[in-house]
Amino acid sequence: MSDEAAPTPESDADVVVSDPETDGGERPQTHTIRLELVDKPGELLSALRPIAENGGNLLSIFHERGNLTPRGHIPVEVDVECPPDRFETIVDALRDEGVNVIQAGAERYGEQLTLLLVGDIVDTDLSDTLRRIESSTDATLADLSLSAPEGRGGASSARLRLATRTGRTDEVFAHVRDIADEKELNLIEPLVEVAE
Amino acid sequence: MTLRLAVVGAGAVGRSVVELAPEYGHVVTAVADSRSSAVDPGGLDAEAVFGRKEREGVVGSGDPDDALAAEYDVLIEATPTTLGDAEPGFSHVRAALERDRHVVLANKGPVAERYADLMALEAESAGTVQFEAAVGGAIPILSTIADFGPTQITAARGVLNGTANFILSRMAAEGLGYEHVLAEAQDLGVAEADPAFDVEGTDAALKFVILANVLSDGEQVYSLADAEVDGIRSIPASALDLAAEDGRTVRLIGEATADGVRVGPRLVPQHDALAVTGTRNIVQFDTVHAGQLHLSGRGAGGPETATAILSDVSRLE
Repeated sequence: MSDEAAPTPESDADVVVSDPETDGGERPQTHTIRLELVDKPGELLSALRPIAENGGNLLSIFHERGNLTPRGHIPVEVDVECPPDRFETIVDALRDEGVNVIQAGAERYGEQLTLLLVGDIVDTDLSDTLRRIESSTDATLADLSLSAPEGRGGASSARLRLATRTGRTDEVFAHVRDIADEKELNLIEPLVEVAE
Repeated sequence: MTLRLAVVGAGAVGRSVVELAPEYGHVVTAVADSRSSAVDPGGLDAEAVFGRKEREGVVGSGDPDDALAAEYDVLIEATPTTLGDAEPGFSHVRAALERDRHVVLANKGPVAERYADLMALEAESAGTVQFEAAVGGAIPILSTIADFGPTQITAARGVLNGTANFILSRMAAEGLGYEHVLAEAQDLGVAEADPAFDVEGTDAALKFVILANVLSDGEQVYSLADAEVDGIRSIPASALDLAAEDGRTVRLIGEATADGVRVGPRLVPQHDALAVTGTRNIVQFDTVHAGQLHLSGRGAGGPETATAILSDVSRLE
């Protein structure tokens, strides 16, 4: 299964159409939200408040205090129960609070983009490139592989996997393209076959 | 019905048309290359014409323009593609249409660079213009669009340059660098001595410009200048390695969508329909009511392209 925006299989669409909606609304479902928090007091509490305020029932919090992400953030996994139509509101509220939502409900929100950067990647300051991709978009770096067989001076390649929200991919690519242009790097984008 | 063909351009494609025309029940009454022509209202013999070209470097004793003035029903324009004013191909087409003759093009120039001019000439003429051979060689891409109706197809994308695809798929399979594989492709005759047209994406872009013109059905006219084009020269082997580690590969993909025309190296899943290998071409259509459609086959070569030309000729009967 490709992790790009794959076309919805027809069978899934059929299930959605045939699923009857009751008067009481859809039943609550469990969703997993992955957050990254800055390591300072009160961060966890302010991250959880938007969940409760928007009708989410907090089921569990997995807080890896000692395990920092490459960016020095603390990964937190939250299980939330809410009706499906409330879930988007909760994620939006979290983002409005400035909480870094890495992944929300794997299927619908965890859109991942894989792209290649080619050129003088190391000497054009790879960390700066990555930092700028993250700061100019709401995408976060989920994975990075670098291949520089000719050493620092020669053409090297980097494969980036960016986690972003559904519907934001065009925006992310536009920013990455600008940054690549500026650093004279070649960007190889994935072919996203589904029209926006 | 037997049609009389005048073939302008005596390269691999023109030659194959002359050779295969009898099999399709047609007769070639004129052949021209850039320096000479051979004209015979009773029909030319392929061996005689191309034997002379091999021996003397000319197809006959006439002036090239004699072929345009000869008696024919269909002009086959198979001269090399040129950009900008698309000459001399465009003038050949004009000469035929002004005489109310049909035109079948393998030359992409007039269709990609001067589509509006071409359509205007066709509208004034009793002759019609066909150009299946300009896009994807033997693959019936334009006739499929005509069958579906251009408004029933919302996007076309795919691989329409065999040289670039050969290079990328060899680089991926063998872990070799671009220059190495290019040299190999040149030895095999898959790449030209000057590969720029193919590896810089120009050739693929012209084909997707033509697709965009056909799909837009007169709403909008595109030329190469409207296309966003990127080639494969700067792709190192390490990029293909990183792609492969992740179950992907890189192909020179063209797109003709509502957003315009774009050609460039793109990441595609290794087992994606568009990740064809070698010189194979493929085009994918998004249809309004019938999902995706894929057409794949040989996108270049003398007999392959001649097949598309002669299919176009058959549509004129």
